[in-house]
Amino acid sequence: MYAVRLPGDADEAAFRAAARRCLALRLAPADVAFAEESAPSLFPPLPDTDATAPAVSAPRAYQALLADAIGHSAADRFDLLYDLLWRIVSGARDVVANPADPVVARLSDYARAVRRDIHKMHAFLRFRPREVDGRPVHVAWYEPQHRVLKQAAPFFVDRFAAMDWLIATPAGTAAWSEGRLAFGPPAARPADADDPVLDALWTTYYRTTFDPARLRLAAMRREMPRNFWANMPETREIPAMVATAGRRVAAMKARAPDVPPGFADKIAARASPGPDGPATPLEALRGEVAACRRCPLHGPATQAVCGEGPRDAAIVFVDEQPGDQEDLSGRPFVGPAGQLFDRALAEAGIDRGGVYLTNAVKHFKYEPRGRRRIHGKPDPGEVRACRWWLDRELAALSPRLVVALGGTAAGALAGRAVSVLRERGPARFGARAGFVTVHPSFLLRLPEAARQADEYRAFVADLQAVKAAARAAAA
Amino acid sequence: MPLDLVQKLEILADAAKYDASCASSGGPKRDSRRGGLGSTTGAGICHAHTPDGRCVSLLKILLTNFCRYDCAYCVSRRSSNVARAKFSVDEVVRLTLDLYRRNCIEGLFLSSGIALSEDDTMAELVRVAKTLRTVHGFRGYIHLKTIPGAAEALVAEAGRWADRLSLNVELPSERSLATYAPEKDATSIRKGLATTRSLIDGAADARRRGSGTIGRAPPPRFAPAGQSTQMIVGADGADDLAVLSASTSLYASYGLRRVYYAAFSPTGHPSAGLPQAATPLLREHRLYQADWLMRFYGFALPDLAAAAPSGMLDTAIDPKLAWALAHRDRFPVDVNTAPREMLLRVPGLGPRAVDRVLAARRRSGALRLVDLARLSGGLKRTRPFVVTADWRPTAMLDDAHLRRRLAPAPVQLSLF
Repeated sequence: MYAVRLPGDADEAAFRAAARRCLALRLAPADVAFAEESAPSLFPPLPDTDATAPAVSAPRAYQALLADAIGHSAADRFDLLYDLLWRIVSGARDVVANPADPVVARLSDYARAVRRDIHKMHAFLRFRPREVDGRPVHVAWYEPQHRVLKQAAPFFVDRFAAMDWLIATPAGTAAWSEGRLAFGPPAARPADADDPVLDALWTTYYRTTFDPARLRLAAMRREMPRNFWANMPETREIPAMVATAGRRVAAMKARAPDVPPGFADKIAARASPGPDGPATPLEALRGEVAACRRCPLHGPATQAVCGEGPRDAAIVFVDEQPGDQEDLSGRPFVGPAGQLFDRALAEAGIDRGGVYLTNAVKHFKYEPRGRRRIHGKPDPGEVRACRWWLDRELAALSPRLVVALGGTAAGALAGRAVSVLRERGPARFGARAGFVTVHPSFLLRLPEAARQADEYRAFVADLQAVKAAARAAAA
Repeated sequence: MPLDLVQKLEILADAAKYDASCASSGGPKRDSRRGGLGSTTGAGICHAHTPDGRCVSLLKILLTNFCRYDCAYCVSRRSSNVARAKFSVDEVVRLTLDLYRRNCIEGLFLSSGIALSEDDTMAELVRVAKTLRTVHGFRGYIHLKTIPGAAEALVAEAGRWADRLSLNVELPSERSLATYAPEKDATSIRKGLATTRSLIDGAADARRRGSGTIGRAPPPRFAPAGQSTQMIVGADGADDLAVLSASTSLYASYGLRRVYYAAFSPTGHPSAGLPQAATPLLREHRLYQADWLMRFYGFALPDLAAAAPSGMLDTAIDPKLAWALAHRDRFPVDVNTAPREMLLRVPGLGPRAVDRVLAARRRSGALRLVDLARLSGGLKRTRPFVVTADWRPTAMLDDAHLRRRLAPAPVQLSLF
């Protein structure tokens, strides 16, 4: 049995060198005890040897574990790291990937504790501006639980590269000056310089942002253990905050409702002005549709989507309902199906700006699925409820031809169930000349490209027929 | 006598503290090695914790608490007798930089009462963020509130300087909003969320398309840490399922990173018609657990409805355990063979524990109970629901008292 003595702040390189000598001597973990130099040991040091260590290439997972766990303050960290290395060298290269292995589990806990300690240092360290040799320097005193200064320092370089700063800890210092990071030996704790920002503004903010009605001391201590408090000026407020919380809550409960202050009426009168001038019938309708509560679809939707287009449009296209994009933007025919429709319209020689586009149902019906919305088909009741708006919309326009895109729109216009397959083509919707064709999203859903192309051509042909029918109706 | 900076901070931090969000995560990585001040790591840092158990990550303040609206639940409503103040743009900028250099904060979370118009308010918020970024080279985190009804161009500029934008829906239903905030319009709030989402998507698309172009700067980012919202819980009569159903729609519709649930808390400036007592924090906690189950554990709203037949989640046990107790026929689950989705349904196993179980069972053969203990946080809740190489729960699952045995002993949540 031999003893390997390492300095308390031994880094990866120091450990690796020692471990390599042990491997050269073929020492199993049971034959060697690692210890910090400061701890007493009964065992003799490693004998000198000319033997060379086997070529060790530890897997990356081991290197990562070593890099973190080596900083832990537990005395057995070196032994555990050597135990793992021995097994890797003996052929179990995959052992680090097994979280159920007791040594791996223990070292992972150490590594996690070290990473947490680094994180807490990034969080809880406070700089106080001082003047050192006539230069402004931000100075901090901090006491980490493990040896994390070297790993924690680059964060402060990233964040405060333009400032000179000095972090002092019981185990050493880190200084950033003129673009250079230097580590030094431990220094005495610097006296706290007065700083109105930390001592007045920051403590005031900390005290104020606390809600006395939600006292949860255990949760605070779990995330901000007491041993960190000494170097955080705001924590001096905690005893008084806790002591008065009960009284503050009782006083809040006892208060009568507020009497409004004098300016309340004055400020309320600054309400936004209403729209200018009288609204056209279509604009008035738009306002009414926005407030529609005739069926439950308004609940989860963003907004009602009204039709768009000139009032004297010769052709009105009626789609089923707004989709995801239409619901977000408040405009009809802007989603993927709308874009396909635009293309087909252009190919058929119909000017999009000259037609009126609307939906049979004005609110988007959907099923929430994670971060997406799945289109839901409106039921007959919803279509009937919304027909009220469609009728008024058509009455406010005077189209020569009304085109139903898909079965739902055709059903709403005809007032009965319509099969697009059977009734595709010229139709009558009450007294109005109409036309029935497919919904553009039907084309998007077709699985085969060949069929898609065929159906798209048929759709464009329908639109050409629509154009001709509208022209004939005008003559 | 004009207020000094400390007094203003006291008033405007107090008015801002009812916003639960303090996240500084989700942004891009930035540092100051090539100039400027500050960095973001993407992960967020809590720089302190207050005795209410919440973290302090950002300087969370209002620009002003003068407001022309009269929302009953809000301490800054115009009929409240609270002290009023207004920061200047420069005061907020200086305060942010001073606290940032001392490593007290990750950045700024700025909101505001609406003293003049929506556009004026939004423009002031934008001015603060723009000054921090362009005049001072600030690389820290900025979270801005968007004001419903503000012009889209202003929101678009806000997203250019801010990491995150948020807009609170405030209450789970339109009817509650009409009751407690009669001048607010649920549609305009939702339109605000929709606008931000469209701007986020549009910027992401433009960057994707522009990424292949050589020699041209990529299009600017827009709110790279996304948007979030908040609902107050317990001010109106909505039950937990109504709250969760509302948040399900919100997540699906607006690409939200988070929906925050804020237990209603008295402000010291009560308005008639609202409860005087605070909503139990446990209710808020259970809602967050349920929210987590839907986002990371593959639970859907109907699963939670099954776990909460009364419409309210069980306060004595967590919603996952409640679901498991209501679906005992789905258990026990064999940890050595079950798929990931089913392991995630086992009480006491979180996504990280499940990943470790899956990794361990590929490498070390049949897992025993002691292995499972090492891989998860403990066995108390897990044991009755799993099978391992050396363990079978036998009659435990049928035990009518299982719920009582697994529920933690009732304790006072807050310690005075």
